[in-house]
Amino acid sequence: MNEIREDAAAPAPRAGRGGVDWHDPVLKARLAIRKRRERRLRLFGLLAVVFAFAMLGILVASLVRTGAPAFTQTHVTLRVHLDPKRIPPDNINRGNYRAVIKQAVLALFPEVKNRRKQREIVKIVSKGAPWILRDMVAANPDLVGRTITVDLPVSDPFDQLYKGLIDRSTPEAHRRLKDEAISRFDSLVARGLVRAKFNTYLFTNPDSRFPEIAGLGGAIMGSFYALLTCFVLSFPIGIAAAIWLEEFAPRNRLTDFVEININNLAAVPSVVFGLLGLAVFLGWFDLPRSAPFVGGMVLALMTLPTIIIATRTALKAVPPSIREAALGLGASRQQVVFDHVLPLAMPGILTGTIIGLAQALGETAPLLLIGMNAFITAIPDSPFAAATALPTQIYIWADSPERGFVSRTSAAILVLLGFLVLMNAVAIWLRQRTERRW
Amino acid sequence: MLASALVVILIASALGYWWNRRAAQALLEAGCHPHSTPRYHGLYAFLLVAVPSFLFLVFWLAFEGPIIDAVILAQLPDEVARQLDENGRRLLLSEIDALAVGRVFKEAEPWKHALAAERQRLEILADRALLGLVTLLAGAILLHARRRVSAAFRARQRAERIVSGIMIASALVAILTTLGIVASLMAEALRFFHKVPVAEFLFGLRWEPQIAIRADQVAGQGAFGWIPVLVGTLLITVIALVVAVPVGLLSAIYLNEFASPRFRRLAKPVLEILAGVPTIVYGFFAVLTVAPALRAAGVALGIPVSPNTALAAGSVMGIMLIPFISSFADDALSAVPRTLRDGSLALGATRGETMLKVLFPSAIPGIVGGVLLAVSRAIGETMIVVMAAGIIAKLTFNPLDSVTTVTVQIVTLLIGDTEFDNPKTLAAFALGLMLFLITLGINVVALKVVRRYRELYD
Repeated sequence: MNEIREDAAAPAPRAGRGGVDWHDPVLKARLAIRKRRERRLRLFGLLAVVFAFAMLGILVASLVRTGAPAFTQTHVTLRVHLDPKRIPPDNINRGNYRAVIKQAVLALFPEVKNRRKQREIVKIVSKGAPWILRDMVAANPDLVGRTITVDLPVSDPFDQLYKGLIDRSTPEAHRRLKDEAISRFDSLVARGLVRAKFNTYLFTNPDSRFPEIAGLGGAIMGSFYALLTCFVLSFPIGIAAAIWLEEFAPRNRLTDFVEININNLAAVPSVVFGLLGLAVFLGWFDLPRSAPFVGGMVLALMTLPTIIIATRTALKAVPPSIREAALGLGASRQQVVFDHVLPLAMPGILTGTIIGLAQALGETAPLLLIGMNAFITAIPDSPFAAATALPTQIYIWADSPERGFVSRTSAAILVLLGFLVLMNAVAIWLRQRTERRW
Repeated sequence: MLASALVVILIASALGYWWNRRAAQALLEAGCHPHSTPRYHGLYAFLLVAVPSFLFLVFWLAFEGPIIDAVILAQLPDEVARQLDENGRRLLLSEIDALAVGRVFKEAEPWKHALAAERQRLEILADRALLGLVTLLAGAILLHARRRVSAAFRARQRAERIVSGIMIASALVAILTTLGIVASLMAEALRFFHKVPVAEFLFGLRWEPQIAIRADQVAGQGAFGWIPVLVGTLLITVIALVVAVPVGLLSAIYLNEFASPRFRRLAKPVLEILAGVPTIVYGFFAVLTVAPALRAAGVALGIPVSPNTALAAGSVMGIMLIPFISSFADDALSAVPRTLRDGSLALGATRGETMLKVLFPSAIPGIVGGVLLAVSRAIGETMIVVMAAGIIAKLTFNPLDSVTTVTVQIVTLLIGDTEFDNPKTLAAFALGLMLFLITLGINVVALKVVRRYRELYD
């Protein structure tokens, strides 16, 4: 008793009747320091959160800023005469479309006679334009012999110029486009022949060496096949494994080992899974290189732990009373699980699966190792055809020297992020719609 | 071929289901009391047909290619076969393969054309045999399953036993994956250590894997000491942690203790978005925005900054790890019992003091576990460093210099290279083995720490 009174009295000698003197300046100063410390901690915490937000903001902003131009493509309007002499009607695919386009472009500048300058002028139109024209004619062979007005994509430097990405004030020597080329292109603009259109090539075309006609069509199909394979393999296997571990497995060394194993597998670096795929699927089983099917198998091994863990959580969330009621009515243990527990856990399982697939969609390193970073100019027609995937396509474009690929890389990232947002939104929607509180 | 075989299996299984179910139904209607309901008789037949046929199909596909290759190799002209090594055989096989599908790059000798034709014949034969055998097998099992239908047959137990088998096999896939990782890494790494001594790899201070692949190529002798690569990895990891740990912990403290519920509801999903961004996006962000900014800052300050600094890669990796650490720390702080918090507040401590002197120290084990997991992630992270860090291994601790990492080396050594016989590609597997062991060790410790901590308060 005495001790307490002494302790209380010592720091506050002016305390009256055993209370604390709240007006004591020493106490007030100390309290002020303590409160300041708290405010500082609070401020630092807020700054940390703001820093994280700002980084996300800068990330998205820089991608949108560089990526936005790639969603449009500059086109030039040409009047092309599909000369039957150059495009034999009986062999449309063999026609000399380049010559036809050259003629149409040169017709815009009748005053230029110099061969070398003519060659410069032809460069305004994309080198991929002949194929576009060929596809048009192939779709409608009656066009041969007629003169048609078409919008064809301009080549990358002029596309950049039209979008204002080339600084006209830099000295000519440091510019890829010389003054003459710029003034010619400007005359086309003045004549109203140049126009920016929504870049459908970005979504429909396969990869190309020419940025203006390179697209994500092949990569999207490759990613689709890989994810499909991944889902077909990992979803049933993951659910079956989780059900066994959660509902049936006896508690012993073996099941403990399996469990630790799965937890560790979830944290193995993705590049190691790539090495596994390279050595086992490509090396030992001789499966085709660059095939989305192999990529999907590797992704399935990576997604498996995610699905198993999500399924177990969902199964755990189903209250035991459901199981007991079913058992009490005479159901077998498998009937309990498959007829009652599993349907109730399904929304949670699906949510976890979609999130796992979203992770798999963004995974790059394992796909690089099994060769899904090849330069492939065809859209894959089966899971066994060579293909790229969205993230590996981003990697290829990020490595390409052409300037047009910088904005296309950002655009491809935006497309990838769009798919991820979509998948996560579906997962959240599913969770909110079907969430059940027991 | 695969598709038609799968269709055959599916049709046979469905047929088995329907047939057995009808038979059991007939028994029921005839007045017998079958042990199991017709549904289970059907399910039994379905599984009995589907599982073995499917396994047969998978095994066939796994061994078809190698067996055809072996048959082709056995038919090589003697004088060719004698002078071929493992590598030459592979090349020859792929050449014959290309001939067989009609892709001819250069004029081939007539015997190659003959072998290509032989190969095509074998493949068609194998496809037909597969389809025939699958049909035969499925049909035989179908008949067998049908004969089992009787009132006394315990179809439910049999079917459930097959389902249990499927589930156990699925759980074993996880173990097989680990085994596959260990076996493949070990096998290739051992082949590497046959060519390069273990001691040189583990303690060597030079990493120059650019050795000659073709005999006539001009290149260095090659040196395979992984220390500089390891140091580069650790340097980038440390930079990442310097960014991620303070920011992650402070934001966890703020969100856990000070933020209003509304702000918390808004902030947590935003942090989750940061965690869900694919790493290749961070890699491109580092190249596009962070590295040029650092360079500009370096120029302004007059400090030489290399184009792909450890700092750029490390700091972007740190941003990636912020949500990881913050969510781990948040969970750990929330797991501290309410009584500790209330007790501290009741004694007159401010909320800040409660956080720093009571909650945080109590949550330290959980936080340490989370930070360890973040370390293992940083070491194993690939795409950010592949895009933003360097390729040349330099033994330096300067964050403004360019360093390389284990994962960068794995990727650069293996891209576009499939020959498994030179030290350059095998080195990637040795690095992969080290990476796997390091991350596994950290993960085991981290998971143990986290679990023990959870037990402390549960």
